[in-house]
Amino acid sequence: MSLFAAQELAVRFGGIKAVDSVSFEVRQGEVFAIIGPNGAGKTTIFNLISRIYNPTSGRLMFDGQDITTVPPYRIAGLGIARTFQNIELFSNASVLQNLLIGRHCHARASVGSQLLFLPSTRRAEVSHREKVEDVIAFLELERYRDTLIANLPYGVRKIVELGRALCIEPKLLLLDEPSSGLNVEETEVMGFWIEDIKKDLGITVIMVEHDMSLVSMVSDRVMALNYGRVLAMGTPAEVQGNPDVIRAYIGGEA
Amino acid sequence: MRYLFKTRYQQDLALMRHGGDRMSYGLLLVVLLLIPAVLGEFYVGELGAVFIFAITGVALMLLIGYTGLVSLGHAAFLGIGAYTNAVLLEKGVPFVITLPASGATAALAGIAIGIPTLRMSGLYLAIATLAFGSIVGTVFQKWTAVTGGFDGFAVPTPTIFGFPIEGATGVYYLSLAVLLFVLWISVNLLRSPIGRAMVAIRDSEVSAQSMGINLSLYKTIAFAVSAGMTGLSGALFAHYVRFLAPDSFDILLSIQFVTIVFVGGLGSLHGAIFGALFVRLLPQAIAIVRDYLPSAIGRMPGLEPSIFGLILVLCILFEPAGIYGRWQKVKLYFNSFPMYRRTSFRRQRAYARSERLR
Repeated sequence: MSLFAAQELAVRFGGIKAVDSVSFEVRQGEVFAIIGPNGAGKTTIFNLISRIYNPTSGRLMFDGQDITTVPPYRIAGLGIARTFQNIELFSNASVLQNLLIGRHCHARASVGSQLLFLPSTRRAEVSHREKVEDVIAFLELERYRDTLIANLPYGVRKIVELGRALCIEPKLLLLDEPSSGLNVEETEVMGFWIEDIKKDLGITVIMVEHDMSLVSMVSDRVMALNYGRVLAMGTPAEVQGNPDVIRAYIGGEA
Repeated sequence: MRYLFKTRYQQDLALMRHGGDRMSYGLLLVVLLLIPAVLGEFYVGELGAVFIFAITGVALMLLIGYTGLVSLGHAAFLGIGAYTNAVLLEKGVPFVITLPASGATAALAGIAIGIPTLRMSGLYLAIATLAFGSIVGTVFQKWTAVTGGFDGFAVPTPTIFGFPIEGATGVYYLSLAVLLFVLWISVNLLRSPIGRAMVAIRDSEVSAQSMGINLSLYKTIAFAVSAGMTGLSGALFAHYVRFLAPDSFDILLSIQFVTIVFVGGLGSLHGAIFGALFVRLLPQAIAIVRDYLPSAIGRMPGLEPSIFGLILVLCILFEPAGIYGRWQKVKLYFNSFPMYRRTSFRRQRAYARSERLR
């Protein structure tokens, strides 16, 4: 059964077709990777799904619902979380605060009860904290709990951003280049986290990734893009062997 | 050094972190309550003014320091609060109603100005609020039927349940109470989802949005709360000056408020208090020192603004974290003596964020 579907998705920036009638379906519980050379439109697809960009045409379906016109701040509440290619954490806040912001879409307290910090707000805060502590334990972030993001090394920030997305308790997780800026070992660790997220938490993952070792390690299906068009779709091995994909990456007549 | 052993999540939500905090804040409160009995009328009046400025400082700290929205029009909200309070008192409305009404009117004005302008950010927002400030200033001048225009407006003495709030001592205690209330509200805000949403908007709007934060809603809430607190401070300001003139709510006052936030230390409520102390007491200190200086320097015109400017420049150059940041460093120095390292507060190099959206 498909959890997410993009139908004939297209977006133009001026004369450039960044994404050109791309259709794909993501099944419940799989890891779906999007690969392609620079400028192929991978991150643009993510920005379309998180509704930061408006598609020129096409539809986005999530969990049986049309989300093409949902405002961007509603996306998290529907159960779609994302990370960013160049880490968009709240850098002057602690790890704990960052993860608690991930709980924002579950906050129900009224403005008045927050201003007075009524017992109901206090109880809600403690229960959010319990959920956050689950994520901290899952990703082994205990020792960084009270550290400011600005003081953390890059690799840890990547994990914190992953944790913040998990705090949303999403059904669908969008990972934009989870391995960018990480060394070989850190990339492998990231791969294990993604597998754990899929197996232990049952979260469906769409990821944009350049590192083919990570893609073949974790993904069930791969979609290759070039110039905003779908080149190939299938298992990692199939896509890697596809002549069009090889040509797009290496060039030439192959 | 004190090491906190945390066993419950509630501990992170507590107002006071440990016994030491309770002790020192309690002691400070006792000292503040006793001051009017010890010091003269002049000093009590000046400290009252510090409290009033501190309320605005806290309000502006929520906006600039925590939400990252710069306002150069907060003198207008102060004025709205002051005139609402004075005009309602004149009409015979009791003070227990006019005080919250001043806050509410200013908050409504904050929402009204917030909805059209909060789509802007940075310098554009600053200029829009500057324009708002000058419009409100003009309204105070021209709407003579209500404000009295340049003739001014004598503020009636307020009474609370039959007790008149008179003189410097009355304003002192009243301002202290309102300051404590405003601080309590601010701390509440900062430990609940709204406060975290504000911090998120400050640090990254794109990712705040994908965390489910409605940017315009939360910016408007922050603006309304800040304006409302400034309105409360305005009501007290009216009793401090006792005579309202439209030109006292000008851009210079707004800039003084912004100075409070920057000199005190961005992103901390303590900073707002330190900043208010600085902004209100420095002119007095200069006036006192003037007499002891050689007359060539002491009688020099423009001594006060130049010292103000010099300190601001030095502060921005050498201590961007403000007075509170310096205070924390001094405290750590003594806590960890003789092991203090200069690098304790130095950040690791920031990683470049390229390709920011929008």
